[in-house]
Amino acid sequence: MKTLWRSLTVIALLGLAAALLVAVLGLPPAPVKLAGEVAAKLGASGVSHPVTAVLLNFRGYDTFLEVAVLIIALLGMLAAGLPPPPPTGSRNAMLPTLARLAVPLMVLAAVYLLWAGAFRPGGAFQAAAVLAAAAVLLHLAEILAPWPRDRRGPRLAIAGGFLLFLAIAAALLANGGLLRYPPEHAGLLIVLIESGLTVSLAVNLAAFFLLRAPEEQR
Amino acid sequence: MSPLLDPLAWLILLPLLWATLAFVAADRHGPALALAGIGAQLLCVIALAGDVASHGSNGHLAGGWAEPLGIRLVADGLSLVMLLLTQGVALALALYARSYFSRATPPAFWPLTGFLLAGMNALFLSGDLFNLYVTLELVGLAAVGLVAAGGGAAQIAAALRYLLATLVGSGAYLFGVALIYGSYGTVSASLLGTLITAEAPLAVWLAGGLMLTGLLLKTALLPFHFWLPPAHGGAPAPVSALLSALVVKASFYLFLRLWLGPFAALTEALPGLAQVPAALGAAAILWGSWRAIRADRLKMLVAYSTVAQLGYLFLIFPLLGTGALALQAGILQATAHGLAKAAMFVAAGTLIKVGGSDRVLGVAGAAAHLPVSLFAFALAGVTLMGLPPSGGFLAKWLLIDAALAAGQPWIVVVALSGGLLAGIYVFRVLRLAFRRPTAHDDVPLPQRPAALLEWTAFALAAGSVLIGLGAAPLLALIAGVQP
Amino acid sequence: MSAGLIYAATGCLLFVLGLGGVLLLKALLRRILAFNLMGSGAFLVLVGLAQRDGTPDPVPQAMVLTGIVVAVAATALALTLARRWHALTGRDDIARVRDTGLQIRRKANDRRKAAR
Repeated sequence: MKTLWRSLTVIALLGLAAALLVAVLGLPPAPVKLAGEVAAKLGASGVSHPVTAVLLNFRGYDTFLEVAVLIIALLGMLAAGLPPPPPTGSRNAMLPTLARLAVPLMVLAAVYLLWAGAFRPGGAFQAAAVLAAAAVLLHLAEILAPWPRDRRGPRLAIAGGFLLFLAIAAALLANGGLLRYPPEHAGLLIVLIESGLTVSLAVNLAAFFLLRAPEEQR
Repeated sequence: MSPLLDPLAWLILLPLLWATLAFVAADRHGPALALAGIGAQLLCVIALAGDVASHGSNGHLAGGWAEPLGIRLVADGLSLVMLLLTQGVALALALYARSYFSRATPPAFWPLTGFLLAGMNALFLSGDLFNLYVTLELVGLAAVGLVAAGGGAAQIAAALRYLLATLVGSGAYLFGVALIYGSYGTVSASLLGTLITAEAPLAVWLAGGLMLTGLLLKTALLPFHFWLPPAHGGAPAPVSALLSALVVKASFYLFLRLWLGPFAALTEALPGLAQVPAALGAAAILWGSWRAIRADRLKMLVAYSTVAQLGYLFLIFPLLGTGALALQAGILQATAHGLAKAAMFVAAGTLIKVGGSDRVLGVAGAAAHLPVSLFAFALAGVTLMGLPPSGGFLAKWLLIDAALAAGQPWIVVVALSGGLLAGIYVFRVLRLAFRRPTAHDDVPLPQRPAALLEWTAFALAAGSVLIGLGAAPLLALIAGVQP
Repeated sequence: MSAGLIYAATGCLLFVLGLGGVLLLKALLRRILAFNLMGSGAFLVLVGLAQRDGTPDPVPQAMVLTGIVVAVAATALALTLARRWHALTGRDDIARVRDTGLQIRRKANDRRKAAR
């Protein structure tokens, strides 16, 4: 009985794949072309790279909500229960040395990515990912201790960037819309938001690896 | 009104604000933040209702950019009803949860609830298909977190099953959005309503199928209901109430929006298509009621009842656009069920907490010391059965009226049978509860619960009945929705 | 056939492969990976279809960036739950963990009948 269901599912999926291929390869051209409109409004957006402009200005509301999604994932982890801290004392000499060499370079790369996001691919998320990877590397090399659940610092860091974004979004309501940047200040506001987000997201991503249950409760 | 105080935007910003503050603060500040926040949100909805009632709908361009470049937020009658339901039920549940969790709150409960409400408000107000995907994930992940909160192996398994189901659903939805953007170059719901015609390419039909099927998976319509009973039946009572009353309505709302909005041309071209959700809905009513009648645990009974009642929502699809009040029937059913199911889970939670047993048989004799909770359970049952003058009765009346007018009598049969079956499982509980304690049951009298625990259930249940009496403004709000 | 269409076609295949994986595989870790495959397929279609005529389009690329973050969050939550499940039960799949409400009632009925 079970194999019957599995075979039917496989057949249905093959049919879906065939239909999708036929559909995708036979599409007529699209009536609406947004690329031109992005290029036209790029000057008023405060940044010079079109993808960053879409991400943080034209569709900035999406970015705002996705930061909340990442916080929710962390909350889910707190809700389900944290694992115990990893066993210590198994250091080898190579990993800490590698970490000490690599991490300063990673921090430098992250700052560059954040700054470069205005005019080439880059931005807050990429910088945050590199910073979080640096934190995980330090943790694996046992240079950075795991964070206990109730420590306030990581939570404040994560909340801080998001609350900054929220405050700016609320303040801009006075300008006529949610996240409606005035064109002359758009660049500065975007840099401000991105800096806050870099810290917040880096701590959030690192917390997935570093948050542990307190040592006593095993 | 100054644009700084735009209620539409604050409906999204407020829950995000208090949820983040609850994340940083200690657990004991959670209830205060939640109650203050939800209270303010309720005021925003009322302000927004005033706007919508006078102007027909209220729009807001996020970022100030016009579509299709920017994202449009829009509030019309339908979103307003859902927002009212969400804020109202959330306020009652926050009061309940504050007392229910007085001794041990599940970790991250309050921040997750705040983000859940933020996601739902954002969903009801969004007019952009990709933005709707982000809000779907907001709601879905927060709901999974709530199911897992503080639980043992059974809750974690239920949360995993729920998560996988919801991720497949939103993954299918996202793929549909990708196909739509590739076909038309925009994801604005209002623009797509004009662009999608009956001669749409195959990709659009496939996109519609994927998106709607993904949403059915999230709404737990048969045969995609497998994840709901463990998740709703195993979670703590306030969480079950939030999930059954509100979260499943969000994906149903989106299904309805897509059916009536961007994909309207497709669904009108193939009228037989509407029979599919209706047939699945009928099966859900029968199967869910059967499982509820046979359930051994009280919360499982209520969870299967949700599976059954969600079936009613999909019976309206063959009847839309025939000029009858089918749309109003569906929304009224969603609202009445939301209130009644929240009441039922709240009452069940109190019964289980005080009685100490989570089995249906454990309810025996409860009427003696928990009369208000039992009365609330019974009132909620009145709505589920569809007895006058409750909201459920009015919804079923409108549904039957529309079905007869459209020449679909089988829907009438299903609706009436569903009411009878609901009666069986509701009376199963009530019969046990009102049983007079005999000499064999010398169980010591359990302590009385906090009054708030019982009266929130009563308030919610009374709401579900009163909605039937005072439905005129509600129906007027929905009447302005196209078509 | 332009590069964009090749990406889109690959994306369709990846999506269906991922969907099959989530539905048919047993181990949790593999199902989570399969979900990521579904997401990657959708992203490829988003970007590929939009530039099938040769001109790059920044809007779907920004959408994909958002989608990647959302997928990361979902994967993180899924892995957390899988890790917790493994810590509690030692298992790496959720097969045969079903709602047993029906069976318990039947057993209770049998017990009651036997007691009379």
